[in-house]
Amino acid sequence: MSDHQVASLRHAAAAADADALSTEVARLIVQALNLEISPAQIAPDQPLYGEGLGLDSIDILEIALVVSKTYGVQLRADSGENTRIFGSLRQLVEYIIANRTK
Amino acid sequence: MIAYRAGTPVLVSQFLADARRLARSFPPCTHVLNACSDRYHFTVGLAAALISGRASLLPSSQAPQVMQQLGEFAPDAICLCDEADGSSALPRVLDPREALGAGEEDAAAVTAAHEVPQIDAAQLAAYVFTSGSTGTPLSHRKSFGPLIACVREGARRLGLAGAARWAMLATVPPQHMYGFESSVLLALACGHALCAERPFYPADIAAALERLPRPRALVTTPVHLRALLGSGVELPAVDLVLCSTAPLAQQLAAEAERRFDARLLEIYGSTETGQIAIRRPTHTAEWRLWSGVSLELEAAGSRARGGHIEQPTLLPDVLEMTGPESFLLHGRLSDLVNIAGKRSSLAYLNYQLNSIPGVEDGAFFHAAESSASHTGVARVAACVVAPALDAARLLEALRERIDAVFLPRPLLFVARLPRNDTGKLPLAALQSLAAQMKSAAPA
Repeated sequence: MSDHQVASLRHAAAAADADALSTEVARLIVQALNLEISPAQIAPDQPLYGEGLGLDSIDILEIALVVSKTYGVQLRADSGENTRIFGSLRQLVEYIIANRTK
Repeated sequence: MIAYRAGTPVLVSQFLADARRLARSFPPCTHVLNACSDRYHFTVGLAAALISGRASLLPSSQAPQVMQQLGEFAPDAICLCDEADGSSALPRVLDPREALGAGEEDAAAVTAAHEVPQIDAAQLAAYVFTSGSTGTPLSHRKSFGPLIACVREGARRLGLAGAARWAMLATVPPQHMYGFESSVLLALACGHALCAERPFYPADIAAALERLPRPRALVTTPVHLRALLGSGVELPAVDLVLCSTAPLAQQLAAEAERRFDARLLEIYGSTETGQIAIRRPTHTAEWRLWSGVSLELEAAGSRARGGHIEQPTLLPDVLEMTGPESFLLHGRLSDLVNIAGKRSSLAYLNYQLNSIPGVEDGAFFHAAESSASHTGVARVAACVVAPALDAARLLEALRERIDAVFLPRPLLFVARLPRNDTGKLPLAALQSLAAQMKSAAPA
């Protein structure tokens, strides 16, 4: 296999992992918040906070707790905006992938 | 020292120079709507308004309708705002950062500025707001003297009236009465230092605490406390934890004291009365009243008066006096909704729901206890008859009218509400309807 092929295979594998994780995280969100929708209804790029899915700051804390328990990720905003990680399901999943310890 | 910004101390002289500069930059107006999210910006704005004889308006939320209503309450108000999106509903906006010094003032100017301004105790300092049952926010006037008297009395009870200079970190907004008193006013009146940031995630709160010198205090709520303790984040030692806005479970209080190696004191108060009682839940269930304040039982609640309270106020709580200055709290009257320190009533929420075009009938109610919540927050649910609307459009209309914490969960669309013969809605009927719909819903 060429380097290029290896790279593209790795890329495909990472994308599949992200998709699987995305489904799992959507399910966690729906369960943790008692939402009246199915996990598949959360579009990857729909905003989770405020407009869009309509989550508020208590929901965000709720999810932060579930995420820390499940993936060993402590969410941090540092001085940035608290809800940026919750810009979309995709952003949340990327954050988890980059920071997970389990 | 009056504040810490990103861990760096701000001197009183710098603060006063900032406040004077901001006061000079105000356009002609008699009200300042202070929507700053940074606590230092907020406090500079408050001080600038005080020294220039202007009253501050403290918005209970930044929902567009709330901001608009406050704009109507005081049409000449300038809105102080340090975030781009909070102020779009108002015409006149000032960013306080434009007036802040970069810290390079010459020594002479800072020395001249150091003279602490004297504020008349009778001066109108602020308007705070609660939601009225008809949709218009009710304003409550707060004079400077009583506000300061209240937090000084509190400082004595909290052990914050001595010579030690404390650093205070708060997870509540400065516009909320509890945050206003326990972070902003406590710092101004008693020589403590507030922390400009309002960290949100447990790991951020722990890191912000760690940065502060001791003695340090955490000003927080049951929701934030539960999240902090449940997060698995290593907690730095603090010297005092303050908690208010909603009842704190005794077990949670004990765990907080153990993990922070600190006393936890719980404060009882309301937007109308300010703080009026305190207790250490790990030691006693009894609340001790601020001296001079009295509570009198009435059919519709308990009337608080005396001390720093400017207007005798009926508190919608069921209390039992156990002595002249002590009482037990038995809970809230059922119409009241308190989620994370935001207070509303079912009557107000119903009014807003039924005023949405397309809603034929609708009612909010307390959903049965949810076991899934990690933060311990009990949400409100709603049943609605609105054949022409879908959930997204209805929620969008509600979001314009009420704070997001009161958005119904679940929101159930029904053909008709389970009203009884007299047109009343028994809670049990609403809850069983909700349970039926939940079990019938596709998984």
